[in-house]
Amino acid sequence: MAAVTSLGESSLDRPAERPRGMQARRRRRLNLFRYLVFTVFGLFFILPLLAMTRFSLEGRTLGTWSLTAWKQIVSYSFPDLPPLLPAIEITLELAVISCVIVLVLLVPTMVWIRLRVQWLSRIFEFLCLLPLTIPAIILVVGLAPIYNFIRHYELSALMLFWAYVILALPYAYRALSAGLNAIDVPTLSEAARSLGASWFTVITRVIVPNMWQSILNATVLTSALVLGEFTIAYLLLYTNLQVELFSISRNTPNASVIFSTSVASLMFAFALLLILSFAGRRRQRGRG
Amino acid sequence: MTSPMTRTQDGTARAGVEVRMDGLSRHYGPVVALDKLDLTVQAGELIALLGPSGCGKTTTLRLVAGLEDADAGRITVGGKDITHLSASKRDMGMVFQAYSLFPHMTARQNVAFGLRLRRIAAATRDKRAIEMLELVGLSTQADRYPHQLSGGQQQRVALARALAIEPQVLLLDEPLSALDAKVRAQLRDEIRRIQLEVGTTTLFVTHDQEEALAIADRVGVMKDGRLEQLAPPTDVYSRPATSFVAEFVGLTNRLAGTVSGQTVTVRGRDLPLVDPSTPAGPATALVRPEAVTLASDSTGDSGPLVGTVIAVTFLGATSRVTVDLGDTTILAQLTTADAAELPAGSRVALTIRPDPVLVSADSPALSEA
Ligand SMILES: Nc1ncnc2c1ncn2[C@@H]1O[C@H](COP(=O)(O)OP(=O)(O)OP(=O)(O)O)[C@@H](O)[C@H]1O
Ligand SMILES: [Mg+2]
Repeated sequence: MAAVTSLGESSLDRPAERPRGMQARRRRRLNLFRYLVFTVFGLFFILPLLAMTRFSLEGRTLGTWSLTAWKQIVSYSFPDLPPLLPAIEITLELAVISCVIVLVLLVPTMVWIRLRVQWLSRIFEFLCLLPLTIPAIILVVGLAPIYNFIRHYELSALMLFWAYVILALPYAYRALSAGLNAIDVPTLSEAARSLGASWFTVITRVIVPNMWQSILNATVLTSALVLGEFTIAYLLLYTNLQVELFSISRNTPNASVIFSTSVASLMFAFALLLILSFAGRRRQRGRG
Repeated sequence: MTSPMTRTQDGTARAGVEVRMDGLSRHYGPVVALDKLDLTVQAGELIALLGPSGCGKTTTLRLVAGLEDADAGRITVGGKDITHLSASKRDMGMVFQAYSLFPHMTARQNVAFGLRLRRIAAATRDKRAIEMLELVGLSTQADRYPHQLSGGQQQRVALARALAIEPQVLLLDEPLSALDAKVRAQLRDEIRRIQLEVGTTTLFVTHDQEEALAIADRVGVMKDGRLEQLAPPTDVYSRPATSFVAEFVGLTNRLAGTVSGQTVTVRGRDLPLVDPSTPAGPATALVRPEAVTLASDSTGDSGPLVGTVIAVTFLGATSRVTVDLGDTTILAQLTTADAAELPAGSRVALTIRPDPVLVSADSPALSEA
């Protein structure tokens, strides 16, 4: 269609105006395309959320509105169940611990591989991406004996971080690898070394400040993963936020609570990630 | 050469140090990057390392800087063996061929980085950083980030950063190769001026012969990981040690001739020899294009050296003229004004100035420009 139009126009005797007209039309079409894509995907994401929210506001009889399900989360007090707050706390702690461990493990290792043992990089990448290919259920079967052993000494759900660090590896690796690709690690670190920097200084003062964005991305991805994780915690009999929400909805006669808790947990995660990425942006602007 | 004793900014006298490399070798798998290199840079001296791509210039610098380990050999600085010292303890300033400023720091912070690592007080550090930026003419750009600076400015900041730590030794790896001709000449002279002012022992790597000849106290010409010749620029140019040096540094005509005693006879002219101990017999003389002068040959009786101009290459102030001698061609370098009178096709008479020439050991039959 486009080709036909522009060909047809080229026979007109206004050659000077043609390119601009063509560009404007192309731009308009591109914009239209953008809006279309945006709308379709927006609906795709928003509709289920809206539906969920609507269900969570369902009253006693069908078609009425009520806040009961939401109130039930807040004033959550089933006598035989622990309250929600500890679950939130433990999940946040898990997120922080997992992020720290993933970064501490990956950043120096990846810098080191880039600088000194380039041939290892393929193997390392493969190892890091491996968890993606293992279904959670198999992971649990494999981890169960280890967790039986761990539980012997320590009961806290915090021990889940072992599993979460492994689960987060592929995402964090990808994010960090993109950041490292964007800077000339060997030259920068050699420059710093020749100015008298130790390896530790090279990493903390030269490499890391230049890959904040990707470190932030790795953090966001890891946190998102931990905040939304259900399967492993549930199967290993630990209680994190998702497991808690699940048990709330199971133990209440009001079906709407399932939806109010889901929406609540989504909003919680969303707010947290938003804060994280804003903090990072501020930092970037501060030095740019 | 300059005196090694110079004054630093704070007025303390400082002696440059001598850098010695003894039998330095480095292999990369089967590739011999450096082959038992012996090189001594005297205190306060600037040596330019010149050579074709892959001859081991960068490897030499990286070994001296400690960024790479030697397979064999010893490096001493001021009499102290530093072969196994870590790069961060060597106190050497290095400017890399690639842009190496820290992108997250301003020019001033980049320059101050080395001082910060040396735990120098913030005020002193800042003052010194600004002084250094002034030295390279960039004090007005102190608060710009690298991506806001041009390539030449970035390299100048890198130079200031290397100088700020007042290193004993300055290592420059083709610091100017990314720049255009004009900035390059400017910055080259600036580097030389600063180096003389500060008196730092300097190794300057380049593959640009003009740069090497212009800036150095001595020029080291390298080939396949070895030094072919180490001599002052004028000697490297006019008294090359080997035919490789002669051909690498400047263009050279290869003309068949006969050696007898102290001279080589080329087409009826006797030219003195660089190396008087050359064995007699047929040989190839290496004659510089600028030793060849041309005159219009209208009469046709100028002796054995006449030819026909086949091409004139304009180079700016000078022009290069290719002359057909019948059995071979010869290059002459003339001022453009002189060359203008010799259009292609004109008959010319050649004179070869009796500069000392080098005789190549290899097959004398080949005479190629
Ligand atoms: N890290 C490396 N791995 C393998 N071979 C290398 C490495 N670094 C250098 N070499 C080889 O060593 C030789 C010398 O390299 P070097 O970088 O010193 O050359 P150079 O004289 O600096 O050349 P150029 O003018 O192109 O920069 C080359 O043959 C090169 O291929
Ligand atoms: Mg090099």
